[in-house]
Order: sequence, then C-alpha cells, then structure tokens
Amino acid sequence: MSRKTVCELRDLTYVYPGEAAGDRDHCRPALRGVSLSISEGEWVALLGANGSGKSTLAKHLNALLVPTQGDCVVYGLNTRDGENAYQIRSTVAMVFQNPENQIVGTVVEEDTAFGPENLGLPSGEIARRVDQALCDAGLAEKRGKPTYTLSGGEKQRLAVAGALAMNTPCLVLDEPTAMLDPEGRSELLDVLGRLHETGKTIVYITHRLEEIAGCDRALILHEGRIVWDGSVPDLFLSDLPFKEWGIDVPPLFSLWRDLKSESRPVPPIPTVAAMADALCR
Amino acid sequence: MSITVKNLGHTYHPGTPLETRSLQNISFDFPRGTWLSVAGHTGSGKSTLAQHLNGIILPMEGTVTVDGMALKEKTPDLREIRRRVGLVFQYPEQQLFAETVYEEIAFAPQNWGTPGDEIPGRVAAAAAAAGLDESLMGRSPFQLSGGEKRKTAIASVLSSKPDYLVLDEPTAGLDSFSRRELTELLSRLKKAGMGILLITHDLDIALSMSDEILVLDGGRQAVLGSPGEVLAHLGAKPVPGLRLPDIPALSLLLRQRGRDVPISWDWREIKKALLRSAK
Amino acid sequence: MKFFNNLTFGQYVPSESPVHSLDPRCKIAAVLVILTGIFMAKHPAVFIAWGILLAGLTLGARLPFSLVLRSAKPVLILALITASIHIFFTKGNPLVSLGFITITSEGLFLAVNMGFRLIFLVLFASFLTLTTRPMELADGLERLFSPFARFGFPAHELAMMMTIALRFIPTLLEETDRIMKAQLARGASFDRGGLWKRLKAFIPVLIPLFVIVFQRAEDLAIAMEARNYRGGRGRTRMTPLRWKAADTAVLILVPAAIFLLVYADRSLS
Repeated sequence: MSRKTVCELRDLTYVYPGEAAGDRDHCRPALRGVSLSISEGEWVALLGANGSGKSTLAKHLNALLVPTQGDCVVYGLNTRDGENAYQIRSTVAMVFQNPENQIVGTVVEEDTAFGPENLGLPSGEIARRVDQALCDAGLAEKRGKPTYTLSGGEKQRLAVAGALAMNTPCLVLDEPTAMLDPEGRSELLDVLGRLHETGKTIVYITHRLEEIAGCDRALILHEGRIVWDGSVPDLFLSDLPFKEWGIDVPPLFSLWRDLKSESRPVPPIPTVAAMADALCR
Repeated sequence: MSITVKNLGHTYHPGTPLETRSLQNISFDFPRGTWLSVAGHTGSGKSTLAQHLNGIILPMEGTVTVDGMALKEKTPDLREIRRRVGLVFQYPEQQLFAETVYEEIAFAPQNWGTPGDEIPGRVAAAAAAAGLDESLMGRSPFQLSGGEKRKTAIASVLSSKPDYLVLDEPTAGLDSFSRRELTELLSRLKKAGMGILLITHDLDIALSMSDEILVLDGGRQAVLGSPGEVLAHLGAKPVPGLRLPDIPALSLLLRQRGRDVPISWDWREIKKALLRSAK
Repeated sequence: MKFFNNLTFGQYVPSESPVHSLDPRCKIAAVLVILTGIFMAKHPAVFIAWGILLAGLTLGARLPFSLVLRSAKPVLILALITASIHIFFTKGNPLVSLGFITITSEGLFLAVNMGFRLIFLVLFASFLTLTTRPMELADGLERLFSPFARFGFPAHELAMMMTIALRFIPTLLEETDRIMKAQLARGASFDRGGLWKRLKAFIPVLIPLFVIVFQRAEDLAIAMEARNYRGGRGRTRMTPLRWKAADTAVLILVPAAIFLLVYADRSLS
C-alpha cells in the first residue's frame, strides 16, 4: 500500500536574512540539511525546543519560506518557483500560534468564508464548506457570533475551521496550543483526532510531549537538524536524551518509564486512561 | 501583615443588558511570606480578583484590606497600597516601552518618588532578582528574546519593592525550562518574605508550589485550602472547565478502581505506592 | 474594561428588521441623501420632522430608542458648546439682556439649528452602522466604488482595511485597557498634572500598543497569504449583495421625502 507523498524536504538548509551577517550570535542556520518525507494520512508530530527550527520548517511546507539550499517539494511542486505558491497553499493550509492574529472576519462564519472567497468559489459552495468546517471544528452554534467574543481556544478552532474550509488535504499547525489553557488544548486535540480519522494529513508542531499521544509519527528537531524520526510508540520505547534536546519530560511519562523499568504493566503510550486500564487489570 | 478580602463582590456593566456578576462573596486571608494560588476556568473571575488587590478595581461589595489599609473610593492610601502590591499582568512583555532595559525597570521607582540616588541600586536588585544579566541593562527591551522580555517586565514590577506580588498566568507561553526558572524565582521571593499570589488555570504549578489554593467557579468560591485538601475536594466535586493535571487525575482514577495510592500531584509518590503493593 | 465601559460607537446591533435586510449600497446612498438634507436644514421647526423620521426608522429597525439616542453621546458636549457660542456671541435683535451678555433671536435660532444639526448628523450616520454588519458595509462601499477601481482607486483594499480595523477595535480597546492598568500598577498616573504631563503619561501606553499593532499586522498578513489572499482580483462572496425591490423603493421614497422636507423648510424660512 503506497501512499502519496505530501511533501518532501531534500537536504534543506535555511538561514534567516540578516542573521547571515551574524547579529545576535545567531550566525548558524535555522535548518541544516533536513531531509524527510511525509505521506498522505499521517499525523506527524514535530517536536523541539524553542529555537530548534520547527517553526521555520513548518513555514517551508506552504511556501511561506523558501530554502536557502536544498529543496522543498509539496505535492510535486517545488516551492522555489513563486508561481507554485498559490497552488501549494491550496493543498497545505496552516494554523499559527497566536489565535488573535489569524482572525480576519468580524463574525465567525465570515472569517471561515475568507479562504474560499479568496479561491473565487461560487457562493453556494462557500456556504457549504463553511457549514462543514464549523461543524468539524465544533463551532457550529457560534457561527453568528462576533469573533472578539470567542475564547482563546475557540479562536484557535476558528483558525482550524478557516483552514478546513480551504479543503486542503494537508493541515500544518505551528504550536497551536502554546497560548491556550488546558481546556482549550484538549478541545483542539480532539478536533485534530477526528480529522485524522477522516484521512487528513496533519503536521503538528509542539514542544509538549504529552500532546503527541494521538500522532502516528514523531520527528525531533535539535539545533536545526532532525535527531530522531520514528513512530510514536517507538519514541516512548527508546531511551532518548530529551533533556539534552530541550524537550520537557512530563511527570506522567516519568512515571510510565520508571514503572516499565520495574516490569510493571504499562500501555504502549502513556495517557491517563491507558495507564489506569493497564495498572488495574 | 496580610491582604484580607471579605465578602468581595463585583458586577460588570451594572444596569445594562451586558450586566455580568464576575465575583460573589469571596473571602480569604493572604499573609506575607506565603504562596496563594487562585485557580479557575477562563472567565471565573480570577483576573477581576487580581485587579482588586492593588486598587485598580475598587470593591463594589465587601472589603479589601492591605496591611490594615482599606481599599475604598478616594482613600489617601491608594498609592501606597499600589506600591506594596505589585501586579504582573498576563504576557507582561506587552507593557514594555522604554528605550533601555534600565529605564524600563527604573520607571516604577521613579513614579513612586524614590530618591534619585537610590534608583540604580533598586534597578540592579530587581534585575538580579528576576535573573536578568547585567549586560542587558543598556539594550533596548525590544531586542531581547521572549524569555528575557518577560524577566524585564517582572523586574520592572519588582523594582517597586513590593511586599506582595500578584501574577496573572506568569508562565503562559513559556517552555518548561523558563517555567521552572520562574517558579524558582517566585519561591525565592516568598522565602525572602514576599507574599506570592499566582493566578492560573494550570493546576500543576498551583499544587506543587502553593501554601493555599483558592478555586473559583463562575465567580464563586468553590474551595479554599491546602493543595491536598483542594485536590481531594476537586476529586469528589470537579469544577467545570478546570482540568486536573495528569498525575492527580491518574491517582484519582486508580483509587476509584480500588488501588491503594495517595491522591497526589507528585509522580514519585504514586510510583512508590504502586511498587509497594503486591502484584 | 474599566475605561471603556460605555461605548456604543454605533456598533452593529443584530436584529431581524426590514431596515437591517436592505442592501448596504441602498442604505449608504439613502444616508448620504439624508445627511445632505440635514445640512440644508434652515428652520428650527423642521427638526421636528427629522425627529419623526428618525423615530420611524428606529421603529422600522426594531431597535430600542435609548440605544439609538446613545450614539449621540460623544457629540453632546460639542453640540452644547456650539450652541452656547451661537447663543452668546451672535449679534442681532436682542431678546434678553443679562449685564453684558445679550441673547439675540438670531443667536437662539442659530444655536438650535447648529446644535440639532450636529446631533442629527451623528444619529443618522450611526444609524447606518447600527443596522449594517461591518463586513456588509465594507462590501457595499467596495461595490459602490468598484467602477473607479478601473482608474486605480483602491476600492477593495480600502474595504478590506475597514473590515480588519472594525474586527480589531474591541481587541485593541481591551489591550489598551490592560496596558493602562499595567502601567498604573507601576505607579503611572493618567489624571495628574497639566495637559503636557498627561499627554506624556500616555507614551508608556502608546508605544506598547504600536508594537502590538505592528506585530499583528505582520502576523495577519502571513495568515492571509497562507489562506491564498491575493487582493480583490477574482474574490467572491459567501453572501453576495442582492439588490431587491425594497431597495429600489427606498431609493425612490427617501430622496422624495427629503426633497419635500427641504422644500417645506425653505417655504417656512
């Protein structure tokens, strides 16, 4: 069963303009020789500390940034060619970290319609997409509400709805939970879980290990390089130097790891529900 | 010496269609040298409560007393109270405006009328307390990294030499390393005699660092007590919108299913209990 | 939101009314005609007719009177000042004399005229924003000015700027409020000292706001690009503007009514 390649990075190096001159001690590239390929339907987690290059990598996936060296190819289109940007962004939608600074519309459904309106679709089609997107993001009852009345978590789900209305097969989220409270985080992850089940390709960037439980695959970035690439269960099984990579180990994971080393029954992935089940059998 | 809140109540937009009761009947005592966390879901009134403590909002119902000085309309003590109760808002780096980090931190003592020759000392002390390197003093605050900006903002409140420090979600948006740095800083300040009041919707820090926790639910006081008491209460009567962190949630779940583990936020205690019990 | 508690600024109030469902282009044109009519108001008695028109529109829009009248609050003081200036400083036939202050009939006439003119201008103008969704308003303006786009007039860009500005006003107010409170907590004072000192006191509020706004502009531009925004070219609408019979009716009746009003006004003067 060969799945379509959504995007492929070949030996990608990126240096931020202005930093090549060596200001602020940052004369090193944000990304160094990164090669990876993401297939359709995968939910890939991209982990790393602040400054590891994960945001930079994300912005290459929808041609917001173009590699300094190497290539980024999305659905067969090379991002170097500026003409491809429009087409690429019709296949890869992006949600950013700050919930406030992504919302354009004054009313929820107007904001969700923004993307499809840019695509020049007929109004009936736009309305259909907005309906579906708001439903998928769990915001259907809020469709007529002014956007400033939404909570942080709701605004972030609105950004997801806006991305969904573009009907792109791939969704990239750049630290979407960084500014959310625990409730907002969990609601967003629920929405993504449902989307994953419908076959959407999701690239999810975070520095929190506890958020990757639903992902298929994890990539770890450290100082601009990929230091690990494998399945999520393998990530938990391997004895990885998280601290060295600046990734915090959540308490639940520490517990899971210690219990495992004492040969106690533990689930393949440390989540509260799974741990309780495993320990109480 | 403490901040005492009695039967505090507050309503936004009274007498209009937008009228909302944001606080109802809140009472607690917050002595210097202790750490009180105020937890609750978004919109439960935590920020409104914080703004009462230094007089930015004056009590509509009930009283707020700081070191014996009551907060009320036209009180002559208002400026003194405001100096004693430092307030750090969420994402405090958004309040930076000065040309240099030094000036940013000097802003508060200048406003309070601190004698000019004392100010450099105040700035240095505040910067050191916040973990800011001396080399940053002459830089523009806008050139700093996110973490440094936040430390600058906190230092700019510490330079008032407050006796109480109220912080609204100070760890928002921080990675785990910065978060640890910040909680250690607050711990040091508490040991030096400052009263620390932490507003949060993240119970992790509240449970591990506080002497007492006040939980708000829709503007009302749900529970006030030690972390252990609060955790036990939340286990029995969960508050909507306030999630328990993973370890306490797991401990409660295990207890529900008959395992003998303490209700705890410390994963090592859970581990000990689980390893102790027979297979 | 201590400092900005009572603003209406004519902000949109949702309602299912015949006025609300009119095409925004029609409403914009009608309001322009009305405003022109008010400018030509001469006789004080004609303001009674304007008041009746406003009352009728308020009923038609199914809005509470208090809400509509509140929109005039910001200019109330200005109107009173204007009226006072006219009352006390106009030369003409004296009515009342108090020491060296003489109130003339011309003065009274002008005071009523200018004062009410200002108030009614604001009331009718804010009526437009009260009954039209901001995005609809922007759409309406964009469509009205799009013929000029051929000559380089940035109709779409202006409309987009307007929508985004409106979308962020409540957010900016909240942020201003928060920054002011943060500076208050650091000992700043906004109500002390002379004018210069007070203006200076706002620097620690304005600079952070500017920083927020510029960062926001950058982030928003990136987010819009990511959603394939390329300006107005080829853009469609989820709810495109549809001109209905009611709109034509209004566009015939309103100018006719205003014409009659102005005619009656002139005959009376």
